[in-house]
Amino acid sequence: MAVHLRKYLRLNKLPHIWCPGCGHGIILNSLIRAIDEVGLDQEKTVVVSGIGCSSRATGYLNFNTLHTTHGRAMAFATGVKLGNPDLNVIVLSGDGDSAAIGGNHLIHAARRNIDITTVVFNNNIYGMTSGQYSPLTPKGAYGTTAPYGNVDQAFDLCDLMISSGASYVGRGATYHAKQLTTLITSALDHKGFSFVEGISQCPTYYGRRNNLKTAVDMLQWQKDVTIKKKAAEKLSPEEQQEKIMIGELHKVADRPEYVEEYEKVIEKVSKKEGTTG
Amino acid sequence: MSEKKPQLIQGNEACVKAAIAAGIKFFAGYPITPSSEIAEGLAEELPKVSGRFIQMEDEIASMGAIIGGSLAGAKSMTATSGPGFSLKQENLGFAAMAEVPCVVVNVQRGGPSTGAPTLPSQGDMMQAKWGTHGDHPAIALCPASVRETFDLTVRAINLSEKYRTPVVLLIDEVIGHMRENVVLPTQDELEIVERKKPAKDLDNYLPYKADDDMIPPMANYGEGYLFHVTGLSHDETGFPDLKNPDVIGGLTERLVNKVEDNKDDIVEYSTENLDDAEVVIVAYGSAARTAATAMDQAREKGIKTGLITLKTIWPFPEEILTDLLKDVKTVVVPEMNLGQIKGEIKNCINLSQNIVGVNRVDGELITPAEILEAIVKEES
Ligand SMILES: Cc1ncc(C[n+]2csc(CCOP(=O)(O)OP(=O)(O)O)c2C)c(N)n1
Ligand code: SF4
Repeated sequence: MAVHLRKYLRLNKLPHIWCPGCGHGIILNSLIRAIDEVGLDQEKTVVVSGIGCSSRATGYLNFNTLHTTHGRAMAFATGVKLGNPDLNVIVLSGDGDSAAIGGNHLIHAARRNIDITTVVFNNNIYGMTSGQYSPLTPKGAYGTTAPYGNVDQAFDLCDLMISSGASYVGRGATYHAKQLTTLITSALDHKGFSFVEGISQCPTYYGRRNNLKTAVDMLQWQKDVTIKKKAAEKLSPEEQQEKIMIGELHKVADRPEYVEEYEKVIEKVSKKEGTTG
Repeated sequence: MSEKKPQLIQGNEACVKAAIAAGIKFFAGYPITPSSEIAEGLAEELPKVSGRFIQMEDEIASMGAIIGGSLAGAKSMTATSGPGFSLKQENLGFAAMAEVPCVVVNVQRGGPSTGAPTLPSQGDMMQAKWGTHGDHPAIALCPASVRETFDLTVRAINLSEKYRTPVVLLIDEVIGHMRENVVLPTQDELEIVERKKPAKDLDNYLPYKADDDMIPPMANYGEGYLFHVTGLSHDETGFPDLKNPDVIGGLTERLVNKVEDNKDDIVEYSTENLDDAEVVIVAYGSAARTAATAMDQAREKGIKTGLITLKTIWPFPEEILTDLLKDVKTVVVPEMNLGQIKGEIKNCINLSQNIVGVNRVDGELITPAEILEAIVKEES
């Protein structure tokens, strides 16, 4: 790691507790590179997480950090942003954390288009509680609570975010770490609700149970199954089904941002108050 | 603030006025009867003072949001009722653990579950103390009039900032919706407490190192201190340390003791006619008003009756009540629940003293006649 990036880490909290081969460290690496690229003011940046392996990331980051309750990071983050709109607010969350228990908060943050950047560490499984299936576990895959194969349909979180109103949506993967950094950089630069799904690997609980025994197997799987958006568009709908699209999936510049809209209310009210004395 | 003249307002409106007067700058909530006027009022008032209001997707989110708002430096509150109060409990525990000042107003309705939405109740007294899991501090206040709703809202906000802990304001539906003519204090008559700040030493700030008063100074996010806040058991640095029993136990005990050991400062109550009393009614909220009438009627009948009105419910004023009740023959406790606080008062008397509850859980108010009847029965 470039020496100047060390200031973003709490070096005394390292080494981290993630398993050997876990993808979460790669996403963390992409995140701090992106923060550096954008030049966020460290003192004015708050990083909020929920509960899960992913959410331990806040402990390693040398910012104002907030490790909340399971699934609720987005709600806390919304409060931080409204408590002081000058702060840059970043949410880090797992697939279970953000899509199961926190699903409601996630879609409403997107709907409001509040200026928060969210990075979901998607390892398709509940890591911290040791391998139960999540709303992003593919149908048929195995987990400790899906011993005969998962019956649930999986979410496509990026689709969900686009239809909920997020104004920036991207998907990357730890195999494509550079692209992931670019996506998070664009998300941080974006005004409004920005969302990046980072496909991560959990060899410990997902891989071992699903015939991808090592981290390398899992990265190889990522390489095989991901496809850039442009290339995917050339495929038939059936062929697209087989693939996971990565890259910048959605970006709109003209959706009103929540905090700015509220500031207009404050302005309107203070003018009115001013004239009536 | 407006000049001092009487105004006809509801308890819930008094709560809104007090919140603005005490410096609330952020409210997050989800509508629920009979608390909605508080959200509606603050939606109107907050932008006038450059504060912010948000209607969240549910009560869990609202509670999380006010914790975030408070950490970012805005005095923050939410308001709810029964089912919503249940939903807030997990994050209420977070606020206690992470020592984040914030206020939760619970305008109580009949329960359990969705219960009796529009009817009065005092059924959440125990939930205000034990609602979240684990041992934790609890401060809960209970107004008996519209004016007291104003005063105790200000006090709840002040106590939360002073002790860095969530404070619950337990209004009952009667007080929340009742209109009374009140004269409110002017802004300069109010004492407003601000959170204790750390010395400007950015590199050596220990966010959870308590001073002698058991309360750590609090930096806001964005003021230059880079610190970690978690709901996990943590040491003075704010980082989890689950290997050291002294750290885990020490933290839990400090959190509880910073409230329990400061009862002198936190507990408020009033007394009437205690000097010669053989019967004492101990009451709170709207039941205390009924009790005052019953006390007068008992006195007319020649029964020496007194009244203690509790304004602070938690921490419970056990020592004070033990002292005040020591020479009393009978204690009467009217409550719109099946005896939640009576159980606490029982610990304050001895076996030779009688204690009787006057209880209703049918959504109807307790009448003076019912309390009087209980007194007469005990005395005959
Ligand atoms: C209210 C609540 N329910 C359940 C849990 C237990 N729990 C902790 S982490 C977790 C799942 C985490 O999975 P995910 O978000 O996918 O993150 P990962 O650990 O895989 O990175 C669960 C269910 C909890 N802490 N709180
Ligand atoms: S359990 Fe899985 S997600 Fe958690 S640290 Fe280990 S590899 Fe990573």
